[in-house]
Amino acid sequence: MKRSITRLLMAPSVILLLVWMIIPLSMTIYFSTIRYNLLYPGQNNFVGLMNFEFFITDPGFIPAVANTLILLLSVLIITVVIGVVLSALIDKPFFGQGIVRVLLISPFFIMPTVNALIWKNMMMNPVYGIFAWISQSLGLEPIDWLSSYPLMSVIIMVSWQWLPFAILVFVTALQSQDTEQKEAAQMDGATGLHIFRYLTIPHLARPIAVVVMIETIFLLAVFAEIFVSTGGGPGYDSTNLAYLIYNQALLQYDVGVASAGGLFAVLLANIVAFFLIRAVGKNLTV
Amino acid sequence: MTLNQQRKLKTILTGLFAWTIALVLFFPIFWMFITSFKTELQAISIPPTLFFEPTLENFEIVQERSDYIHHAWNSVVTSFGATILALIIAIPAAYSMAFFPGKRTKDILLWMLSTKMLPAVGVLVPIYILCRDYGLLDSRTALVIIFTLMNLPIVVWMLFSYFKDLPKEILEAARMDGATPWDEVVKVVMPLSVGAISSTALLSIVLCWNEAFWSLNLTASEAAPLTAMIASYSSPEGLFWAKLSAASTLACAPIVIFGWFCQKQLVQGLTFGAVK
Repeated sequence: MKRSITRLLMAPSVILLLVWMIIPLSMTIYFSTIRYNLLYPGQNNFVGLMNFEFFITDPGFIPAVANTLILLLSVLIITVVIGVVLSALIDKPFFGQGIVRVLLISPFFIMPTVNALIWKNMMMNPVYGIFAWISQSLGLEPIDWLSSYPLMSVIIMVSWQWLPFAILVFVTALQSQDTEQKEAAQMDGATGLHIFRYLTIPHLARPIAVVVMIETIFLLAVFAEIFVSTGGGPGYDSTNLAYLIYNQALLQYDVGVASAGGLFAVLLANIVAFFLIRAVGKNLTV
Repeated sequence: MTLNQQRKLKTILTGLFAWTIALVLFFPIFWMFITSFKTELQAISIPPTLFFEPTLENFEIVQERSDYIHHAWNSVVTSFGATILALIIAIPAAYSMAFFPGKRTKDILLWMLSTKMLPAVGVLVPIYILCRDYGLLDSRTALVIIFTLMNLPIVVWMLFSYFKDLPKEILEAARMDGATPWDEVVKVVMPLSVGAISSTALLSIVLCWNEAFWSLNLTASEAAPLTAMIASYSSPEGLFWAKLSAASTLACAPIVIFGWFCQKQLVQGLTFGAVK
């Protein structure tokens, strides 16, 4: 087929994505350089980098950046490490495998707002929650998770959602592992730990790269869980960048500062993406 | 112990272990499900009640008070609408990239993926203002457009990775028999990729159904899908757990059951065919 036709077939996707990227982004850039508050219309003069200054000196800025990165790294570590270990442990035939698979993946399909509400109320409520009941039964003081450990609570919610995904990907990947190789290693006296370290982990390199990439895309943008459960608080203890910018834009109506923040979030994502896409690009055969 | 016994014991231990993890991870969902059949008093009783006389009252109240069907319909329209649109746009692109790759194909694919790295919050303000100026706030149209564009890279990638695995010889054979490019697509590629296209569609529907950032920020009541309806239960109804559970169960049940049937394809899809 001619090049022109293949181009034509690709054109809608490419053009739409270009438009989707360029128009809003250039608007964000423009807004970030003017004074623009929805409460005071008509005073949109150019202010240079003042919005950036405001955003960066906002008391929430440093906690938000830190929380974004802590959330990202914690969930990545939890899901990948626990995911790899668990999937290696259950990678043998056993009774009811199909049902276990279905139960395991379920949390991944729960919408973020429901996820947050289940955990906030029924699990973590300091009086009526399951965790409080467990602490009480053990004779311990119940913990008020959301106000004492807000960021950790969010990490638990998000990990609960993504751990099943990681496990399922790793289990699926392990099924294609060479059993003969494993048996040969066993014959030669390799222990389970050796097999895990020298056969399983290398075999999982690519799936791990992919899981890290997908999760990063979604984890940098965690919003609904925070919105519903902690509201970013107490103080800024569980505010991430996405929530801080939402706060500036739709609660304080300061479009200018929110746009500056949005650009900062884009910058951060690009720094992360730069490394990720390069690492993963090598791993994906196109 | 003989070797055989040892092996048997190992299987039983693996099974027990796997079941324990699965039940622990599933527990919150199970709890939400049974709480939805409790009365409000039973829902917050300590110690938790496991055995009780189930009631359907909560479901009726949810429908009455927050009009579940209205919001469920919004979810259906936006997720199916966006999925169909995304497929229509993505299939030709994925097809041409998979069967007629050029020097830049890999770059284009990676660029598409990189647009997914653009955080939604970076364009929240302009999208909000554009929607406001065009009267699209709290409208399903806005959500359909955004969901389509949001999932387009993933849909292209998934289809691409499936198409790439189709045997090229079949296409050549069809061409030898005098098939036009159009015939090729409609009579050869499409029938061979029904599975691929439907699992891509499933993934896209799941992602749209559970999308919460845009639906929380751009809708209020008229166009609010289920994600946004549930969020409205976060504060004032905070302590009515039975009703909250009923609403949540109704919101999640369709997609969870949907997911059970297609979890295998989802893994393959979400990992861009890197894990099969």
